[in-house]
Amino acid sequence: MTDELLNKTVDPAAKEMLKYAYDNNISTMFSRVEEMKRCPIGAEGRCCKNCSMGPCRFTGKDYDKKVGICGATLSTVAARNLGRAIAGGASAHSDHGRDLALTLKAVAKGEAPGYEIKDEQKLYNIAEIMGVETNGRDLKDIALDVANRALEDFGRQEGIIYYVSRAPKRRQEIWKKSGIEPRGVDREVVEMMHRTHIGVDQDAENILRHVLRTSLSDGWGGSMLATDISDILFGTPKAVSSTMNLGVLKEDEVNLVIHGHEPTLSEMIATVADDPELIDYAKSKGAKGINLTGICCTAIEVLMRQGVPVVGNFLQQELAILTGAVDAMVVDIQCIIQALGKLVETNHTELITTSPKAKIPGATHIPFDEHNAPEIAKQIIMKAIDNFPNRNGTRIPKINSPIVAGFSHEYINYMLGGKYRASFRPLNDAIVDGRIQGVVGVVGCNNPRVTHDKSHNYLVKELISRDYLVAQTGCGAIACSKYGLLTPEAMEHAGEGLRSICEALGIPPVLHLGSCVDNSRVLTILTQVVHEGGLGDDISDLPAAGIAPEWMSEKALSIGTYFVASGLYVLFGVGSPVGGSSEVTKIISNGWEKLIGGKLEFEPDMDKILEKTIDHIQKKRKALGIHEKKERVLFDMEARRALEIE
Amino acid sequence: MSKIIASAAIRGAHQKVKEAQEMLDKALEQFGPKQEVEFPNTGYYLPIIYGITGIAIKTLGDMQPVLDEAEKLLPPIPKEKTWLPYLANALDAGMATLFAEEIMEAIKYIMGPNPVQGIWLGAAEDMTLRERGIEFVDGSAPGFAAVIGATPTNDMAVKIARELQQKSIYVFMSGNTNGKAFAEQLAEEGVDLGWETRLIPFGKEIGATVYSAGFAIRVALTFGGVKPGDYRRILLHNKNRIFAFVLALGEVDDEKYANAAGAINFGFPTIADTDIPAILPRGVCTYEHVVPSIKREEIVSKGIEVRGLKITITEVPVPIPYGPAFEGERVRKEDMHAEFGGTKSKCLEFLYTKDLTEVEDGKIELIGPDVDTIEPGAAMPLAIIVEVAGRDMQPDFEPILERQIHHFTNYGHGLLHIGQRDIAWIRISKDAYKSGFKIKDIGKIIHAKMHSDFGAILDKVQVKLYTDEKKVEELLKLAKPVYKIRDDRIGALTDESVDTFYSCTLCQSFAPNHVCIISPERPGLCGAYNWLDGKASFQINPTGPNQPVKKGELLDNHLGMWKGVNDFVYKTSHQTLSTFSAYSMIQDPMTSCGCFETIVAVLPMTGGVMVVPREHPDMTPCGMKFSTLAGSVGGGVQTPGFIGVSKFFLTSKKFIKADGGFKRLVWMPKMMKEEIKEALQRRSEEIGTPDFIDKIATEEDAVTEEEVLEFIQKVGHPVLEMESMF
Repeated sequence: MTDELLNKTVDPAAKEMLKYAYDNNISTMFSRVEEMKRCPIGAEGRCCKNCSMGPCRFTGKDYDKKVGICGATLSTVAARNLGRAIAGGASAHSDHGRDLALTLKAVAKGEAPGYEIKDEQKLYNIAEIMGVETNGRDLKDIALDVANRALEDFGRQEGIIYYVSRAPKRRQEIWKKSGIEPRGVDREVVEMMHRTHIGVDQDAENILRHVLRTSLSDGWGGSMLATDISDILFGTPKAVSSTMNLGVLKEDEVNLVIHGHEPTLSEMIATVADDPELIDYAKSKGAKGINLTGICCTAIEVLMRQGVPVVGNFLQQELAILTGAVDAMVVDIQCIIQALGKLVETNHTELITTSPKAKIPGATHIPFDEHNAPEIAKQIIMKAIDNFPNRNGTRIPKINSPIVAGFSHEYINYMLGGKYRASFRPLNDAIVDGRIQGVVGVVGCNNPRVTHDKSHNYLVKELISRDYLVAQTGCGAIACSKYGLLTPEAMEHAGEGLRSICEALGIPPVLHLGSCVDNSRVLTILTQVVHEGGLGDDISDLPAAGIAPEWMSEKALSIGTYFVASGLYVLFGVGSPVGGSSEVTKIISNGWEKLIGGKLEFEPDMDKILEKTIDHIQKKRKALGIHEKKERVLFDMEARRALEIE
Repeated sequence: MSKIIASAAIRGAHQKVKEAQEMLDKALEQFGPKQEVEFPNTGYYLPIIYGITGIAIKTLGDMQPVLDEAEKLLPPIPKEKTWLPYLANALDAGMATLFAEEIMEAIKYIMGPNPVQGIWLGAAEDMTLRERGIEFVDGSAPGFAAVIGATPTNDMAVKIARELQQKSIYVFMSGNTNGKAFAEQLAEEGVDLGWETRLIPFGKEIGATVYSAGFAIRVALTFGGVKPGDYRRILLHNKNRIFAFVLALGEVDDEKYANAAGAINFGFPTIADTDIPAILPRGVCTYEHVVPSIKREEIVSKGIEVRGLKITITEVPVPIPYGPAFEGERVRKEDMHAEFGGTKSKCLEFLYTKDLTEVEDGKIELIGPDVDTIEPGAAMPLAIIVEVAGRDMQPDFEPILERQIHHFTNYGHGLLHIGQRDIAWIRISKDAYKSGFKIKDIGKIIHAKMHSDFGAILDKVQVKLYTDEKKVEELLKLAKPVYKIRDDRIGALTDESVDTFYSCTLCQSFAPNHVCIISPERPGLCGAYNWLDGKASFQINPTGPNQPVKKGELLDNHLGMWKGVNDFVYKTSHQTLSTFSAYSMIQDPMTSCGCFETIVAVLPMTGGVMVVPREHPDMTPCGMKFSTLAGSVGGGVQTPGFIGVSKFFLTSKKFIKADGGFKRLVWMPKMMKEEIKEALQRRSEEIGTPDFIDKIATEEDAVTEEEVLEFIQKVGHPVLEMESMF
């Protein structure tokens, strides 16, 4: 039984803690997954509970020929279920983005002490995209206009959101033509909920079209705004090194673990944690200092910008507490499991919820308010320090790995040519030359239904060994960081071509792009690849794909779908939430490919995912005519004259 | 591995910036912050710094902020493990190195050791830049090789230099290997160094590499119309136009790596003959960035391949090295085996058209004795008669083709050619003779080059070479009247007598909106293309940069404005210019690329105009030196009151005709007055003021506008009687 439990992860640090949990009869997601079988009907989208005539279940022989009480077909039901899930995911990212916009507004108005505009250039860039006048204007005025326009996009009733204009021209045309240009962010989510109400949209294809539109309001809307405004307020990430896994917790320091998704509070905690007064206070309690670490995307936000070490990913949140060394776990929003509330009863850890949107029984609630952030951050840190003497035995696995993170769009542009020659040209050239065969985003969650971290690592290793450059975010990035794949030394696992690029640039073969909200960076990066030239004129032309091998959240579905709506082929592992309907499965795959150039598929078998990804990318290379080595072009004067200088 | 290069380059950059700071501190102490600094006779301040940052360094005090900037660019050395990306850092470090070195070189000009000494030339003067830069614009120089270090033997150095010369590639030399420099090796072997032979010894220390990079930047600023501080365009301009590369010969130390990193910013890759690490993926450069371990015998061709350069060389079947780089070589009397023409014998060249059936292509005949019959150093008569035939050959092209004999012959290593027609003067060096060069080889050269350059209009070429004195005299008698007929024919060509002008957009690769309109009475502003050249060039390459421009309806005879020309200019200037007048420098004047031979500028107080050629480095009465003037006139914009023109145009009847014409000339440098004396005299007589030439002030009479006014009042210059220009 222990073995069975321990085999649910490939992470030796996690295994240590699972052993402890097992020995002490403490339940975790790893054990509960055995106790709670999946509902096979719901898992495949074959259940409708959108009204109280039901729930209607599509089961038995010929289940796919059945209809619900209202007459809804299985395809309608499956599409509606997917639509609501994606509305959930999109709303999560977007609500996160909205809060950042409100913070930016407060900063602009001078009402958010302790915060400032850290990246002026980024503010100017975003202002330009939004059509905000910058010439000769005060920074704060520009920031206020940007914040207001961002907020406008959430509540927009007419027209389309600003960032649509950032996509490649052809992509914009495809959206327009297929009627999925995202309008207001909130509007798409509300409309999704409306359409899936009893007796509204009952045409699977039509529902799924709105699914695309809703996801776009996330990717090119809420998420992208969240990323941009975070960069403006906290700095645009650049390469930074740090460490990963439970071993980053310290025996002799106050361990404060931040967990969740927003950077607003965690950035402030990271700033305040350096306060000598607080460090002295920690020392007065017998600790050598304050060790700020984190879990999930909140941690990644401060890893990317300040190099804060990361304890682990989603499935490790309980395990961190089991070390007995976490003096306080401060959480904000998303992916914070309710079980923590119960779990902290088993040791001294103080669980502190901070968002009015996310309370958990068993936790202390200290409501965060950006108008008074330094004070609240201090209060939280004090609580952690005060809790340090209450430790009752610690067991920190001595396991961690180095990592290089910080690959924002802007930094990638810099790293490819330096201050004076920054551009994507070397990346495009590497792809054209076949040194890099393609770019694959391996992103998404953990899911105890499949072995923790295993699929992420397997796919990433296989891909880089075949010269595919991998980009990661969120829990997927943490998964691979723990095994050293996000270090430059990992180039030894890369194929010859990719290795030559890693060597030339000094980069890892796997690039950490940020939190899950930062998947929006993938969109702008791919757009710049298109604009740089030589690889087609749309994202759908690129030799690229996305994979979410261990997904579990609605956010993952929304991310995957906005990638698809942007022209990418996206594969999900685990299982299909629409697997019950062959019609919906077909629409989101080949149907969408015809409509918008991207397709969404669910495939639990990792080798098949690998094969399909590679086939797809090779197909794209062929279409671009870059599948074969080409003779070197030599330039005479005539040819040189034809070269453009931007 | 690239990390080794990046680490070395970053270390080298730290070292260089530190050295520069020490040197600057010392200079500040000695001279104070107000001490002026410059690269003599240049108008681009410290060009790398000026081009990249837009900061004009005029004094020692201006240097500190730039050095602070360089300091900020210095990244940490990559860590042993879990290092952060280093390529970008290394490139930034490379740029910091160039800033630091440029500052140090400029300080050397005031504090010593003077960069110009012995064989070393230091910064290229603007005159040289303009004269040579155009070759980078028109493609006659594909680029340059920045040769760093030295080869193990002098022979090898000569071989590499010759190979580069034969491929028309400029050789910019700096740095040394263990105290020996490539340029010194060439000098020891008696190789002619200097801009004329395209072998340019900038300086013995690695820091002198900034003169190469600075030259590249100045080309972009001068001919490319790129604004200082627009670093991205400047660097991309270099990547896509100036096909230069670095040849690192001998050991590569930290400082050389730092310079190589600087060069990569320009898209200039490094090819090394030692076993250093490689950076093979492309992107910042067109292809590889650093290619090591190349055999010295192959290093030139490897450099060309890595840079992505296509060089088409005409195979000229003669036993001497051949290429434009040898054009500037002299053959001194003591090195000469034979000479033709000059004071000791007659020499002429004559090209004419025959019927296709009458010419046997490739036939080269020598009629008379060869050079092996004479005492070394003796003179012989020579007549070079070139008979050509071709379906598209026209009599108009004869003088154009004949003029090429001068260049074609001069391209031979060990040949000297001066003059043309019946005043031609040719020398063959002892070395060339020793290599087996005979008189017939001159014919072979002409045959090969006529085909390669004018194959579109010529089908057959045969050459007869006469060394028999009597025969030469006879031929002379036949040729002279034809020369006269040809001159008269050209002289009779006027803007009115033709219905088509020709455009020249050769420079659009550098100045994208500039277009030259070449009429019979107004050649291109560079002086290199006249109307007949344009016509021939169009014939040779119908889709090339010289296109026929139908004059169309005459809109204004006074200004020289035609509807057809306006339409053409509007289109080819990419809708930036809608009207154009050929004869005015005030109203819609022609734009300039940057290649102008001279600049004409209004001197408002005098009511006249001054003219300054690019050879004149000193201050002019308009308060600007040529280089400063050039900065405001070039780049394809109309600047009323200023025009760039060829020397020839100054004495044309159409020269600023609408603004009063030739009579407006009140000032020009003495050197120029001498140079075009005959034409000036002829034109003075035409306007009925035979002593007009003496009424034009030179720098000996006046250097300020006030002084010019004083002078012209003293001499009674006719401009004083004219109406105001505006």
